[in-house]
Amino acid sequence: MKKDTTSKGLFSFIKDAILWNLSGSIGYQVYLCLLVCLMLIGVYGYFIQFRLGLSATNMSNIVSWGFYISNFTFLVGVAAAAVMLILPAYVFNDKDLHKVVIIGEVVAVGALVMCMSFVFVDLGRPLQFWHLVPGIGQLNFPSSLLSWDILVLNGYLALNALIPAYIVYCHYKGKEPVGRYYKPFVFISIGWAVAIHMVTAFLYQGLPARPFWNNSLMGPRFLASAFAAGPAIICLVLHVVNSATDYKIDNKIFNKLRIIIVSAAVINLLMLFSEVFKEFYFPTQHSQSAIYLFFGLEGHNSLVPWIWTAISINLLGTVILAFNPFGERQVFLMPALVLLIVGIWIEKGIGLIVPGLVPSPMGEIINYSPSNVELFITVGVLGLGMFVVTMLLKPALIIEKQYEDSHGEHH
Amino acid sequence: MDSDKKKKINRRTFLKGAASAAITGGVAVTAGCKGKGLLGSSEAFALEFQEYFKKHYRLMTKTERKETVSRLEKLARLRQDITVNIDTTGPSENVLFGYAFNVTRCEGYMECVQACVEENNLDRKSNTQYIRVFEMEHGQMSPDKGDGKYFHMVPKEGHFYMGVQCFHCENPPCVKACPTKATWKEKDGIVVVDYDWCIGCRYCMAACPYWGRRFNWNQPEVPKEEITKEQHYLGNRKRVKGMMEKCTFCIQRSRKGELTACVEACPTGARVFGNLLDPDSEIRFVLENKKVYRLKEDLGTDPKFWYFID
Repeated sequence: MKKDTTSKGLFSFIKDAILWNLSGSIGYQVYLCLLVCLMLIGVYGYFIQFRLGLSATNMSNIVSWGFYISNFTFLVGVAAAAVMLILPAYVFNDKDLHKVVIIGEVVAVGALVMCMSFVFVDLGRPLQFWHLVPGIGQLNFPSSLLSWDILVLNGYLALNALIPAYIVYCHYKGKEPVGRYYKPFVFISIGWAVAIHMVTAFLYQGLPARPFWNNSLMGPRFLASAFAAGPAIICLVLHVVNSATDYKIDNKIFNKLRIIIVSAAVINLLMLFSEVFKEFYFPTQHSQSAIYLFFGLEGHNSLVPWIWTAISINLLGTVILAFNPFGERQVFLMPALVLLIVGIWIEKGIGLIVPGLVPSPMGEIINYSPSNVELFITVGVLGLGMFVVTMLLKPALIIEKQYEDSHGEHH
Repeated sequence: MDSDKKKKINRRTFLKGAASAAITGGVAVTAGCKGKGLLGSSEAFALEFQEYFKKHYRLMTKTERKETVSRLEKLARLRQDITVNIDTTGPSENVLFGYAFNVTRCEGYMECVQACVEENNLDRKSNTQYIRVFEMEHGQMSPDKGDGKYFHMVPKEGHFYMGVQCFHCENPPCVKACPTKATWKEKDGIVVVDYDWCIGCRYCMAACPYWGRRFNWNQPEVPKEEITKEQHYLGNRKRVKGMMEKCTFCIQRSRKGELTACVEACPTGARVFGNLLDPDSEIRFVLENKKVYRLKEDLGTDPKFWYFID
């Protein structure tokens, strides 16, 4: 097995990656089939939406962005959160986190694929998307924040796909990756991660038309919630890897991530409190959206149960993670992470986007909840993201394991 | 049911057209495809194919503009069996359009809304309207406090009426937001949309503080006999689903020196439209002699739409 490492090229790398992805236990095959089913549900939903137009959704001239953009916003945070592994692993040379940094990067790639898909399915005229491509189209750069977002998201996708691809490819050939080839890009990607989420916040923050969004805390708050929810999702993926593969994750790693998550979650809650104080201490005309979100306006209160659920489970999750009862056994770790993720997903998704648009600038108040087509497409995009993560992670971990074992023999 | 069937047939003919166009190949398509010997639908398909690849309106040369206009006019004939005339008149020197609304005179008949819908070929299916009229109680001055859905005899005792539409800001947030430069402010102050260049992201809609923009959530429908045939490329020509649209100060009329449809239709003379740079215009008279105000001045959007009280 080890003798032919020198003759291994890019072609056999790709071939092996595909073969490893297709082979596996019955459970794995069932899991892949499930993902394909999810994606097919999405394709079905998109087929309907493509024929009917966006009237297949529950969006309207008042709530002109809905479930898709909500999920997009949340997932940009998940993508950005890879930096919480990259920074300690590469800059502070943390050995434990170095072992899992690749998993963080793969989750970021999956999240970015989902982000782009959500933006794409939200377009009224997807066939005209080439109008955005510089050279053949007209990108309104630097004036439009949406054009910034397109650039930074694509750049971040490239960084997070190519850096690990290079490292894994080197390990596949049994070589040590050359630091000066990839380290500069690692440093760029750290700044870039902050950029993708700040720019996404600026997308909303830069709109004086929407007082609920036109808030200078939004950028920092996006980062705080991202650095809580993102590593929490990475933790869940690590848990799956730990129990489903022979790539074992040390308890120490979970503990380190837990501390990162708690710190970010507490900062996020502080900022939430600051926002709530501003809206409710002396409510103005501009607080209407917050009132709509937290208490409902004129009988329209579809978001009220959601936001209170979000805040409750957000608090509960943070408290459990902070005090970590049962210590090393960590029985509560995964449930607490799920609570935190769902809480932030609601609060930063539909709890942020919809109240930004309601009341409309002409004072109209309506309820919004996603239509079936929106749910189908969202499920499909989620399936696509999980599929991408699986397809990238499985070969990467096999290669890493082989490399680790063979290097263990040498020393 | 009927429209469903029609849709299906359209789809089938579209696919048939696609197939035959693929067979006849790109040569015929790029050569302009007169399509005499081919199926009628394949000629339309070839035109649509060329339309798909056309440039942003502002980057087109004069000949390219002529070509796209003739394609669109041909398509109207082939697809809808109507003859339309699509104008591309640009802005004139020393013209900057502005609008004033007399709050005292308006009595809420909404003739302006209807005239606008008919003039601008707005979607009848979703009941798209560029103009909203709000019924306000005395003591209010912002339409977000008013009732935009009143349905009773007007004028109602103790109430007054305010119309809103796109305010054609001098500093338009929508233009800044658009990622593809598909919406912009013309030299004569009209904020327009290149419908064919719009990708339908709706960021402009989120950016507008006046709720001035409308999106085609469904395929817009206008009965054939009701279509206004005098059209402008940036105005009331055919739109399809997924495009943004908005009030253009009836660009197909105003660029020819005519009044907008809403001004012409108003039975009480509450609406004033004209050239802000012409010292003898009615709009200048209003601005110089009446107490005027604008909505949300604090945002710095500098709208060219004033309200005044007699």
